[in-house]
Amino acid sequence: MTPSAWDETTVRRVIDAHKERPGALLPILHALQAEFGHVPRGSVPLIAKALDRSRAEIHGVIGFYPHFREQAPGAHVLQICRGESCLAMGGEHLAEHAKERLGCEFHGTRADGAVTLEPVYCLGQCGCSPALQFDGEVYGRMTPARLDELLREKGLV
Amino acid sequence: MSVTVYVPRDSSALAVGAEALAEAIQREAAQRGVDLRLMRNGSRGLFWLEPLVEVATPAGRIAYGPVQAQDVPELFDAGFLAGGAHPTRLGPIEQIPYLQSQQRLTCARIGLIDPLDLDDYLAHGGYRGLHRALEHAPEEIVAAITASGLRGRGGAAFPAGIKWNTVREAPGNVKYVVANADEGDSGSFADRLIMEGDPFALIEGMTIAALAIGATQGYIYLRVEYPHAHATLERALATAYRAGYLGADVAGSGKRFDVEVRLGAGAYVCGEETALLESLEGKRGMVRSKPPLPALRGLFDQPTLVNNVLTLATVPYILAEGAEAYQRLGTARSRGTLPIQLAGNIARPGLIEQPFGISLREILYDYGGGSATGRPLRAVQVGGPLGAYVPAAHFDLPLDYEVFAAQGAVLGHGSIVAFDDTVDMARMARHALAFCAAESCGKCTPCRLGSTRGVEVMDDVLAGRQVETKVALLRDLGETMRLGSLCALGGMTPYPVLSALEHFPEDFTAAAARSRLG
Repeated sequence: MTPSAWDETTVRRVIDAHKERPGALLPILHALQAEFGHVPRGSVPLIAKALDRSRAEIHGVIGFYPHFREQAPGAHVLQICRGESCLAMGGEHLAEHAKERLGCEFHGTRADGAVTLEPVYCLGQCGCSPALQFDGEVYGRMTPARLDELLREKGLV
Repeated sequence: MSVTVYVPRDSSALAVGAEALAEAIQREAAQRGVDLRLMRNGSRGLFWLEPLVEVATPAGRIAYGPVQAQDVPELFDAGFLAGGAHPTRLGPIEQIPYLQSQQRLTCARIGLIDPLDLDDYLAHGGYRGLHRALEHAPEEIVAAITASGLRGRGGAAFPAGIKWNTVREAPGNVKYVVANADEGDSGSFADRLIMEGDPFALIEGMTIAALAIGATQGYIYLRVEYPHAHATLERALATAYRAGYLGADVAGSGKRFDVEVRLGAGAYVCGEETALLESLEGKRGMVRSKPPLPALRGLFDQPTLVNNVLTLATVPYILAEGAEAYQRLGTARSRGTLPIQLAGNIARPGLIEQPFGISLREILYDYGGGSATGRPLRAVQVGGPLGAYVPAAHFDLPLDYEVFAAQGAVLGHGSIVAFDDTVDMARMARHALAFCAAESCGKCTPCRLGSTRGVEVMDDVLAGRQVETKVALLRDLGETMRLGSLCALGGMTPYPVLSALEHFPEDFTAAAARSRLG
């Protein structure tokens, strides 16, 4: 997805498209994040008004769910699975390697803003551990060498 | 004559190169002028063989695996389209012992059919259960589920029939069916295999449940980490609507049932049914106090049936084949089959659906072939990140809800994660507590604070600081969390922690800390 800049008309359009659905908040947040790559801070009061809930409540929901971001991530997102199955197959080593390669910790972004590194608690690819996800694509049976290869393919090293 | 070749579209197959493989096969066929029909099936769940290709021949479907894109020209040269010999040839898929020896009831169609082809689903017994259900009164459908002995496969193992009956009898004009597809347990992938490989089974199961309890609206609460399952479900739902299996007049019955997919947002605790309902309502996924039961006051305060994907996907079989066909399998109070998910450090990870009663040893060695690394297996974690660690000395335990409970362990959602002898069980105990700290909804103190204090205690143990005192503290903390937490997240985190401590005390000593620090 290509994150777009703040645009109130789009935010209002997205909110209007979903606000009548029962339990509309998560669908709205997902749609906004699909549009902008994150949930822009400025959308919180607009959502609150549309759903007749307080801004604090909307903010609280965004903060509760790890998937929702209030700030744009790096151009690419690399998620390393932290599930036990991946740990049993060298997942810890893979995570350490990723941190070293990118020069950042989990929840951090490489200095040039190109890649954000995140932990994820299970991708459900336990039959092909260890697994990771790069911009939504899943990769299994990973090794540090294969991660390097992937980063090269993506033009990141 | 056209030859049919199957390359899975399952995300695990894609994760190891199935897409590039499918493209290579089509390219090669075009170059050679071969008339080839490429079918994208689900995964058979034999993951060490993925990407697994099957070719339809007069002698049945012949399997090759694992196959990569670069192997394709060679496969064509070897005549694989006629089942020709090649080092990756595995023979007829149905005769691979790993698969042949299983009794797949819930997962009978995964890998076999095109998951998005409703006609393929119908040709393999699909919607027979619904048609049978439509011939019966709601209480008779519930009676069949009760008689089958089916228990909730999400982890709690509550008798499904009792839950269904509670919702059926609950007063209320609006009732809901919610499929819990928030499969967050590490080591689990059976829900995903169903949703990606046989989505109509889930939809049919939900529809039968709706008829039984009198619901008109269903939700599939799906974790956002499953984008492939999401895409498959959306397409399957659209197909079911077009064919009249959902909507205002389900299969010509005059009854309405609608289903919608709702995405979670990365919170593990939303797999707990009351937190899930809060999330569906657009709130933080905070666990509710029970009572009231969700069956009586659930989604938007209305009577709600929440069942796991596997539970619902088993319902069509029970209706189609009869409760007795399901009930005759299994052990004491664990009836029917369990789709077991074998993962971690294991040579042959995969999906193994067998009647309850099979032992861990059979799963780990006969199916799994021992560790992937060739080293001895030291421990397995059964039932997800909140499940107990079971040492090698207990590998003869049969898979049975009550037998496991008596050992202080759980079957959970049926996942088994194997570890070889290089595993540091004190680190795994710390991992369990850190996971709980990250995922706690924060509503109750034992879980919210206990998990964080537990991580600190484990850091001391790992570093060899006041080990005996800290281990005593850890036990005490575990008891507090187990007895004092509101839901299974805080209440069961002590299972992996204390089982690691009980069975592997040698990893929780000052000496272990010294060797750890080198």
